[in-house]
Formats: sequence, C-alpha cells, structure tokens
Amino acid sequence: MATAPNNTAAAKQDSKQGFVYLPLIAGWLVPGAGHFLLGKWYRGALLAASILGMFAMGIAMQGKLYSGAHDILDILGLVGDLGNGLLYVLSRAIGLGADQAQVTTADYGTRFIVVAGLLNVIAAVDAHNLRTGRKA
Amino acid sequence: MTHFTAVLFFALFASVVFGITQRETPKRMVHYGIYCFVLFAGSAVVLSWVMFLIAR
Repeated sequence: MATAPNNTAAAKQDSKQGFVYLPLIAGWLVPGAGHFLLGKWYRGALLAASILGMFAMGIAMQGKLYSGAHDILDILGLVGDLGNGLLYVLSRAIGLGADQAQVTTADYGTRFIVVAGLLNVIAAVDAHNLRTGRKA
Repeated sequence: MTHFTAVLFFALFASVVFGITQRETPKRMVHYGIYCFVLFAGSAVVLSWVMFLIAR
C-alpha cells in the first residue's frame, strides 16, 4: 500500500522522459496528436474534431489554400495555413482548396482554413505545456 | 450555408479549442467554452444589427 504513490510517481516520471518537444511537433503535424501522446484522449478527440471540422468546412466552402507570399496579407495567410501541419501538405498534394476565391463563401472558407491552423498551433502549445508540467 | 450558420460553426469550433486550452479543470473548460461561444455568436449578432442600422 505504501508503495502505490511511489509507483504512480514513477509512472509519471516515465511519461516525462523522452523528447520534450514531441507532443508539440506531433500536435502541430496532426491535430490532437499531442494530447493523445500524453493520454488526454477526450481533450485530444475534441480538439481534433474541432480543428478537422473547421478545416473541412473551409475546404467545402472552396476556401483558398495559400501557396505563395506576394504581400504581407499573403504571408500571414500562408503562416496560418501552415499551422495545419500535414493537413495543409496533404491538401496541397491532392489539389484541394481553390487557387483564387471565386464564390462568396470562398472568402469565409479561406478564413476557416487559416483559423483552423491557428487553433491547431494553440492546441499544440497546450500539449507542450502539459508535457512540461506548466499546465495540469 | 448561411452567414449565420457559418458564424455558429466558427464560434463552436473556436470555443471548444479555447475552452480546452485556456483552462485547467474540465468544469472550468466547459464554462469558458460556453462563455466564448456566447461572446462569438452574440457579438456577431450585435455587430450585424449595428451595421444594419448604420446602413439605413
């Protein structure tokens, strides 16, 4: 009985070993993966559903995926899109997303995709904070 | 999809992420998520009415 707290502490210590930035990188590449690595299954699932949902709706609204930076707004949009990690890479690879916004809803779709990337970065940083113990 | 539906989806997704990442306990996460959702959706409604009245 007296060793139970020690075992728990040892298990926590084990989970703290390894590459400290792994949840951050995994969370950036795949939405929710950082939380999954830390055993936060419900949080990870909700984050993944929200970010994937927002990204998918952006694509469905024929939102634009930024591919180059011609001015400051394009740079900001590209940075936001890159926050989606592998979603952005895969979508570009299979040709999803419009090159130019051609319908009214495409403007909203473009913002949805950018904001999905920004939310993914927030989620990845949250996973990093959980990993380092900054957040419980 | 209408403007308002898009606003509600945007508010829902952003609020879930804000709630989970900005608070530590599940109860506070839910409260903060609801708070963010109301602010997102409510401010959109209020600003829409302001723009409508300005445009008259």
